[in-house]
Amino acid sequence: MPAGLYIHIPFCQKKCGYCNFYSVTSLALIREFITALYKEMELYRRTFDSVPFDTIYLGGGSPSVLSAKQIQEILNHVRNTFDFAADSEITIEINPGDIDLLYLQDLRGLGINRINIGVQSFNENILKFLVRRHSRQAALDAVAAAKRAGFDNIGIDLIYGIPGQAMTVWMETLNAVLSFMPEHLSCYQLTIEPDTPLGKKSAEGEFVLPDNDMQYDFFMKTSEILEAAGYVHYEVSNFAKDMDRASRHNQKYWDHTPYLGLGPAAHSFQDNQRWWNHQSLERYLENLKVGTPPVEDSETLTNEQLQLETLLLGLRTKKGINLERYKERFGRDLLKEKSNVIADLDKAGLIKIENGCLRPTPAGLAVADSLSLI
Amino acid sequence: MDNIRNFSIIAHIDHGKSTLADRLIQYTGVVTDRMFKDQILDNMDIERERGITIKSQAISLPYKAKNGKSYTLNLIDTPGHVDFSYEVSRSLASCEGVLLVIDAAQGVQAQTLANLYMAMEHDLTVIPVINKIDLPSADVDRVLEQMASELDIDPDEHLKCSAKEGIGIEEILEAICERIPPPKGDSDSPLAALIFDAHYDAFRGTIINCRVFDGKLKNGDIIRFMFNKATYKVEEVGHFRITREKRDAISAGEVGYIIAGLKTVSDVHIGDTITLDNRPCAKPLPGFKEVKPVVFASIYPIASDDYEDLATSLEKFKLNDASFVYEKDSSAALGQGFRCGFLGLLHLDIVQERLEREYDLSIILSVPSVCYRFTLKDKSIVDIDNPTHYPDPSSIDKSEEPYIRASMMLPERYLGAVMKLCMDKRGVNSNMHYLSPGRVELTYEMPLAEVIYDFYDRFKSVTQGYGSFDYDLIDYRESNLALMDILVNGIKVDALSQIVHRERARARALLACDRLKEEIPRQMFKIAIQGAIGGEIIARSTITPFRKDVIAKCYGGDITRKRKLLEKQKKGKKRMKMIGNVSIPQSAFLAVLKSDTD
Ligand SMILES: Nc1nc2c(ncn2[C@@H]2O[C@H](COP(=O)(O)OP(=O)(O)OP(=O)(O)O)[C@@H](O)[C@H]2O)c(=O)[nH]1
Ligand code: SF4
Ligand SMILES: [Mg+2]
Repeated sequence: MPAGLYIHIPFCQKKCGYCNFYSVTSLALIREFITALYKEMELYRRTFDSVPFDTIYLGGGSPSVLSAKQIQEILNHVRNTFDFAADSEITIEINPGDIDLLYLQDLRGLGINRINIGVQSFNENILKFLVRRHSRQAALDAVAAAKRAGFDNIGIDLIYGIPGQAMTVWMETLNAVLSFMPEHLSCYQLTIEPDTPLGKKSAEGEFVLPDNDMQYDFFMKTSEILEAAGYVHYEVSNFAKDMDRASRHNQKYWDHTPYLGLGPAAHSFQDNQRWWNHQSLERYLENLKVGTPPVEDSETLTNEQLQLETLLLGLRTKKGINLERYKERFGRDLLKEKSNVIADLDKAGLIKIENGCLRPTPAGLAVADSLSLI
Repeated sequence: MDNIRNFSIIAHIDHGKSTLADRLIQYTGVVTDRMFKDQILDNMDIERERGITIKSQAISLPYKAKNGKSYTLNLIDTPGHVDFSYEVSRSLASCEGVLLVIDAAQGVQAQTLANLYMAMEHDLTVIPVINKIDLPSADVDRVLEQMASELDIDPDEHLKCSAKEGIGIEEILEAICERIPPPKGDSDSPLAALIFDAHYDAFRGTIINCRVFDGKLKNGDIIRFMFNKATYKVEEVGHFRITREKRDAISAGEVGYIIAGLKTVSDVHIGDTITLDNRPCAKPLPGFKEVKPVVFASIYPIASDDYEDLATSLEKFKLNDASFVYEKDSSAALGQGFRCGFLGLLHLDIVQERLEREYDLSIILSVPSVCYRFTLKDKSIVDIDNPTHYPDPSSIDKSEEPYIRASMMLPERYLGAVMKLCMDKRGVNSNMHYLSPGRVELTYEMPLAEVIYDFYDRFKSVTQGYGSFDYDLIDYRESNLALMDILVNGIKVDALSQIVHRERARARALLACDRLKEEIPRQMFKIAIQGAIGGEIIARSTITPFRKDVIAKCYGGDITRKRKLLEKQKKGKKRMKMIGNVSIPQSAFLAVLKSDTD
């Protein structure tokens, strides 16, 4: 399987209220960051040059704070350093607050063939609650602009399960997005991370998240509506118009395909090893200035850990776990070993065996964590 | 030998025995300040965490008295809780005297009395010590009155101290030297040493704690256990100074330890006499009174593979807990295990925790039970301490359960609440008398089953900690009993069965169902819990499934975090017992006995 390349652009104009991705709001270091990024690529020319890549993912942070020129430069450098398949999937995440039509046309011109727009909501109040830096109108405009710029693989990110959000309010956002029929949709349930502005408000008791049953209703309703509209619910939070439009890059995370992550806080995986960079632009820059890998730590997965990850990641996907492959890889026949549990889970409507795969149903996806502990 | 003093510190729970031991240890300077910590003799983690002494602990202290003579003081700190009174009684067999500690604010309490009686049975010299005189609520005069009227001790003999503040320590040391007689015995007679405690050490084998009554024991001697005639060569003898301290010999009148390459755990019996193989003594020392367990429960390994491990661990554990008894047992739901006897619920709780910590075992305990007596239609009599062995109801002619006499000491103002509690617990034949104005002694006859079933906690809470309680088994009385089973998703879990009084069966079943509902974590399926007598369902509860647990995102950076979380959950799950498709945590088995009051 070809590898994936992830580049973390650690800058944002302004921090969103719920965000625990690593990014800084001072844009002064962009130039220095790009130079460091080149050095980091150089470090991996050795170790990753035997693998061809077939995806590039510019994430963050907000890659859209970079100019089209800077992005072009980065892409050129990447292409000169590593091998890419001709039909590589090249994705960029953009924030509606950062862009205009011209910019998107430029990006399209650079060979970027997939665009992921961080819309989060089409509801003005919710955008305010989340402390997003764009309006409902800006979000609508961004989607329209992406189409006009010629993107035929558009992904939209949404968040639901906002405190106080009624199901009808979420339905309005879903309906709005369905009017565009984007190729890809990510619908995330809001998670409150402790070290964020919303996390602090939550700790102070300013709001409460919907309870477990409510969250389940949101989750199932979302799945039903989008599947009825023709989308495949292919991962817990991800929907694609058809499986060709599923994020090729993200799927690598879920089946232990090698990926290389560049930039602060980026994670990489190869040969049962996972390593990750410092979550600090400063340390990232310092390290690379003297030519050391900006790696904070690494782990080598034991066979048991690999098995657990295979289950926990596999059972988050509609495809599920290929039992024959699992047996080849780990020498264990799940179907035999867990026949009782699997039968019970099947009866409870959480799992099914299909085409030699152990597959979660939509209700199963909602309890994927527990399923992985069978 | 004239300069040796062997004594125990005894008292009601929390009256300050271990703290007083601290001061005596520090005064005699055997521990450097740097090494010192509070309640230094409470060296088990579980003792330190719970702030109570569980095991008696011996230490030798050198002391130069005012008369210019040097003494060796062998101190044994003992536990105060009733469940560990066997520890106290064995310690007393090694002593000539005791410090009877009484809390100046709390005064004489139930175990003050019980422990004093034990000391008197052993004919020991009693030095009454009134502790905690630093407390604002201390009332020494009142304690002196109680000593005279309730303990029949001459108040003139008392000493006062504050173990916490280090006041009155020297006077205590002096009194020990002056009042407690030196041990009798003859170093030149054949060896007679009493084994009063032991523990298993992975490197050195069984290490024996003993009191030498006659003779002398040195390295290289061949010893013989009088119980089974087994012989061993002594590798090391010594005495206790927080850690073991080697000596050339230990002789008559002394307390010390023996290491003799004892790998066969079953050769060592607490209460046995050790003598020399080439010059044995005529007859063994009296040994100890046998203790009778009052509460029974089965122990099962969570993973059935660990059965053998559990078996060897129990054998070693028993060395260090002479009051613990066990035999093989098996359960339809939980597999192979052991039926065990305990001196009370705290004892049971401590055994479970020590087995898990010291032997790294994961175990399940079945619901505790007392021992019932059934007369069958064929006139045979069976004693049943395990609900699994409940006789066929149609064959039972008469059912009986054990009764105790509870003696409680409490301030008069709690009388009403305590009487109500005792009546709730099926208490009868109450008796009351005033110990002094405002203070009463109350006795009740009650079924033992009601007492182990959460009496102690409720008694303490209704008396706000001012009451104390002791009990004696008296007899068996006819009762209307039934076997209550618990079914989890239709599967009978025999380890959760209880023998109950029929009139209370429904209430107990409801409570058990509710408790289990709280203790068993929600799972992906609905879980039905039912209480039944015979085929009849008398109580039920349902645990609704959780329907969502998944976190929205799982990309590069989230995977490790998520896996670690699940690894932790997986570990937790390994500590639960699978019954059908339901994981039941350890805590559930004990929780069914807890009541819902307070
Ligand atoms: N104020 C005051 N507190 C004391 C004194 N002696 C002990 N204590 C406190 O009383 C509590 C119990 O002390 P311990 O020495 O553990 O009592 P114990 O008798 O050994 O208790 P068990 O071994 O569990 O029976 C602790 O909190 C001590 O700090 C004293 O002289 N004055
Ligand atoms: S734009 Fe994205 S990365 Fe930046 S603060 Fe908002 S959520 Fe975080
Ligand atoms: Mg103590």
